[in-house]
Amino acid sequence: MSAESAGVLDRFVSAERRELWQRSWKRFTSRPMSVIGLGIIIAIILLAVFAPVVAPYPEHAGKFTDFSNTLQPPSLDHPLGTDHVGRDVLSRILFGYRLSLMLVGVVLGFGVPVGVLLGLVAGYYGGWTETIIMRATDTALALPPLVMALAITSALEPTLTNAMIAIAALWWTWHARLVQSIVASERGEEYVQAAKLAGASTPHILFREILPNTLSPILVKVTLDAGFVILIGAGLSFIGVGVQPPQPGLGTMVSQGTSYLPDSWWVSVFAGLAIFVLVMGFNMLGDGLRDLFDVEVNR
Amino acid sequence: MKYWQYLVRRLAGILVSLIGLSIIIFTTSRVLPGNPARMALGALASEEQVQALAAEMGLNKPIPLQYLDYMRGLLVGDLGTSLETKRAVSTDIVYYLPATLELITVSMFLTVVIGIPLGVVAAQNKDGLTDNATRLVAFFSVSVPGFFIAIMFQLLFGYLLEWLPITGRLGSEFGSGVSRFTGFLLVDTLLSGNLAAHVDAWAHIILPALALSLAGIGQVMRITRSSMIDVKDQDYVEAERGFGLPSWLVTYKYTLKNAFIPTLTILGLLYASLLGNAFLIELVYSWPGLASYGVTAVLNNDFNAVVGVTMTIGVAFVSINFLVDVLLGRVDPRIRLAMEEAT
Repeated sequence: MSAESAGVLDRFVSAERRELWQRSWKRFTSRPMSVIGLGIIIAIILLAVFAPVVAPYPEHAGKFTDFSNTLQPPSLDHPLGTDHVGRDVLSRILFGYRLSLMLVGVVLGFGVPVGVLLGLVAGYYGGWTETIIMRATDTALALPPLVMALAITSALEPTLTNAMIAIAALWWTWHARLVQSIVASERGEEYVQAAKLAGASTPHILFREILPNTLSPILVKVTLDAGFVILIGAGLSFIGVGVQPPQPGLGTMVSQGTSYLPDSWWVSVFAGLAIFVLVMGFNMLGDGLRDLFDVEVNR
Repeated sequence: MKYWQYLVRRLAGILVSLIGLSIIIFTTSRVLPGNPARMALGALASEEQVQALAAEMGLNKPIPLQYLDYMRGLLVGDLGTSLETKRAVSTDIVYYLPATLELITVSMFLTVVIGIPLGVVAAQNKDGLTDNATRLVAFFSVSVPGFFIAIMFQLLFGYLLEWLPITGRLGSEFGSGVSRFTGFLLVDTLLSGNLAAHVDAWAHIILPALALSLAGIGQVMRITRSSMIDVKDQDYVEAERGFGLPSWLVTYKYTLKNAFIPTLTILGLLYASLLGNAFLIELVYSWPGLASYGVTAVLNNDFNAVVGVTMTIGVAFVSINFLVDVLLGRVDPRIRLAMEEAT
């Protein structure tokens, strides 16, 4: 960072605020679990982004067959072995991470803003607006998330895109509920009354006064959600309504590998472990953030 | 608001959300790609036959009318016919549901007998070695995909150690020796007086039930631990200790009893959420339950079966959550007060 941009930053970020950040960072790093979690996530994101460069056999990510090399156990050439059509399992896992992270990005990228907006509106206005929005969220809660996503997917062609749509259509509801409950308790607070009396517009009160108070629980929830979304996506792919072969979905790979158990265990086992490590990373980070911000967020 | 008024309001809310659910699921199932009548009859049927069946199934009517027909049937327990099994969906559900309930109930039992003691031990040794070990186990259990751990159990206990069978509910040699009374094999084998089959049914259920209970064990353990720690510092517990009561008595009689309330909440939620996780576990173990039936229905676009299974699970899911609320209100007056104050 150049001296000039640091100067610009100084003008926006006060010294107290920077000290607060530094203290938070220190508290965050004092818990090894959260740091390990953050490390896992960053490492996997980098591996996924640079998969075409770092994967030993990038061409194996798609429709590739080498029938002279099928179901080879782990070796120096193929550290995690090969699958039933001779593709390198490690390369497919790295590309599989791209699909998992994309799923998280799309689901939360759509679900969180929509949920937060509807939650703000419901919590602030109350009355009929609130009733309608909250009844809609209740409906989404009438089924376990996996079953709901499965039922929606069943009406569509089984593809990754449709699995994303199904999960995203579901996910906004949790954020709407979380934000609504916070806003409902904040709207009577003095600072909101003061802003109202000072003639602030409703959008100003919603976004500049109330929203900042909901950010830390949302951040914690998003981190914990990420792991959960990955598990649901992997579950749908495992059932066969998510990522379709030859695309390298992690859940799809576990499912395909089961046909070759117990002798060729490496396909299912390594693909399953890959899901586990990523989800574990998000959960460790989320747990650390929850302690840091000292907020209660339930799944 | 009175407690009972609160409950009535909750019930009304549940009814509304179930109706909402039925509309969503019904509509999505009716906009399926492909013609269900064609699928039911197969590729060899003539166009006239397909048209005739479509008319008979009411598929030519607008979707809102189809929905009303469906709801009218639902009131008398008619969920339509499955395209796959050609039987009434309600018959199929009654047939497959006990297997799932049996699996979930055994899982729940394992969750309680493993999760709660581990939580108590962790609380007793707060920040000690055992506590940190259970924390790691908890992290592991909520992060690992259930279907993956199910496969690992099959590899370890089935293929490698050859201790337990890896698929199905009962060995084929017992097929004729057990009559169906309740659909719960652990009960039916006893009623048939077939002890060997009873033991075999346990051997079959133990792996899927354990795989299904793992995520819950982690959560129950953590919540028991934290509520034990909360209660331990309360004045009345201090007082009992001051009276010189032995610490095991304080732990089990006074602390655990009050610490149990948050655990009970989680248990109720878990029991309901197992309904969802069972989908994956049943698939791995070829467990012939409702989830297996539902997955087959989804994969074959068997729309009546999809709606039927989804609605059954929805009703079970919200009823269990409601019952937990009622139960909590009964055991803890503080919770009842909070409910009365709400809205």
